[in-house]
Amino acid sequence: MKRSTLPASAGVGFKPQHFDAIRTDDQGIGFIEVHAENYMGAGGPPHAMLRALRERYALSIHGVGLSIGSAGPLDADHLARLKALCDRYEPHSFSEHLAWSSHGDIYLNDLLPLPYTDETLARIVSHIDEVQDTLGREMLLENPSTYVQFSGSTIPEAEFLKEIASRTGCGLLLDVNNVFVQAVNHSTSPEAYLAAFPLDRVKEIHLGGHDAQQDETGAPLLIDAHGAPVADAVWALYESVVARTGPLPTLIEWDNDVPDWPVLAAQARAADAILARYAQRSAA
Amino acid sequence: MLAALQNDFAQALLDPDRDVPGAITSHNAREPQQRFAVYRNNVVAGLIDAVRAKFPATERIVGEAFFAAMARMFVTAHPPRSKILHHYGDDFGNFVEGFEPAAALPYLADVARLEAARTRAYHAADAVPLPPAAFAKIDPQYAGLLRLTLHPSLQIVRSAYPIVTIWGMNAGEIALGPINQSAPEDAIVMRPSFNVTVRVLPPGGATFIAALRDKATLATASEAAAASDARFDLTASLALLIDAGAIVAFAMDDRDRTGSYEDIAP
Repeated sequence: MKRSTLPASAGVGFKPQHFDAIRTDDQGIGFIEVHAENYMGAGGPPHAMLRALRERYALSIHGVGLSIGSAGPLDADHLARLKALCDRYEPHSFSEHLAWSSHGDIYLNDLLPLPYTDETLARIVSHIDEVQDTLGREMLLENPSTYVQFSGSTIPEAEFLKEIASRTGCGLLLDVNNVFVQAVNHSTSPEAYLAAFPLDRVKEIHLGGHDAQQDETGAPLLIDAHGAPVADAVWALYESVVARTGPLPTLIEWDNDVPDWPVLAAQARAADAILARYAQRSAA
Repeated sequence: MLAALQNDFAQALLDPDRDVPGAITSHNAREPQQRFAVYRNNVVAGLIDAVRAKFPATERIVGEAFFAAMARMFVTAHPPRSKILHHYGDDFGNFVEGFEPAAALPYLADVARLEAARTRAYHAADAVPLPPAAFAKIDPQYAGLLRLTLHPSLQIVRSAYPIVTIWGMNAGEIALGPINQSAPEDAIVMRPSFNVTVRVLPPGGATFIAALRDKATLATASEAAAASDARFDLTASLALLIDAGAIVAFAMDDRDRTGSYEDIAP
């Protein structure tokens, strides 16, 4: 099984409007990440751009449509498309989400929340086994940002992810913004979540911006909108993680209201600066 | 239990009149309606955005508010069946055609079909068009026996309305001007390399291309096109196909040779 081998530096989610800037950036970036489903056409500019970038940069393929948390079976056609895409580009990592996004033959185009029970755990473990067997690769599973919880949940999320990783051998993708968003939304402690999180299984980190609203009781409600810079509180949490793990591949996600390249690149450089501090410490 | 929960959740997402699933809680709210509304909004607004991105000229014609209302009805009635979002809305033209409030704009559905064809062309397989010089070497006495391989991105959209002109004006491709609504236009949509192009087909062109796609010889396709429209002009239609980069290979009928034009060059 091929292991995830992204470089322990900062990358960005690739947007076509940044193609020329990324390709010619003197400093470069650590890696790029793309959503698998945007590259499932037969040809055209998406593939031309990805081919060109793949020559210079390490690549992470990040799926959003596999619906690993579905009660029903995985979509075998979609899994075959993911395999074809991985075979075509030989990415340094493949990742998906702890979520469901399809129901029957309807694709809901969102990462929907799951109750954490023994039933869900067994389902997800069997789906991840199927994914890793089919792709011949280790996959990374990303922790979600959620807006509701389920009365039937019996297992804390960090423990749930730890159990999945230990049963399947998959790696984890720690989205620090998601940790913060849902700690605020559910009035829990992000530090306690991270203390319980199996950091030794983390092979990639996601950082993104969120949108701050209030719910009907006046309580803060954060939306994982990926349309803003990374929040200061999220940077602080990120640094606390890197202090424990040492440098890890770190992705800046900015999917909506996408800024010009220098703004996005500056976020990546900020992550690199934090990584560099802890690289020196691990070396020393 | 997980299956039942996901069933409730999925149905409530697309139907605002349905109750929020009972298994949902939140730490402070007595009724987690607003928390669930985040998912409802993510799903519906996300799909509307996907439709809007694919049909900018259609949106420009009817205006943002009208388009948003029309797209909202489309996405709740016809949620995606594919996880590949660029396939979503490929049948939006059919929905627009049956959308009563848009009945005063009879060309709107075909403009939407043209925009859907542009997306298909954008994502279609790559192929290198034959250069015009390749055709200069064809011996005229064999030309009628040729069978053409057309570019995989080639799309035809037929219309009883001047859709290329209407699309072009609303996509910022051509200057605004008077439109003769009774002048029908068939569109040929192509992506020879990086950029998608849209052109008007000459009379009989659509029939000609359909026959070529069925692997008819140039002579047979030409006869079919002339039968469908007396104004058909083989030279004009071929020139357009060559200029658009629509031909990627040709082969002789009787020698079963494919690929390079050098094969049949004199």
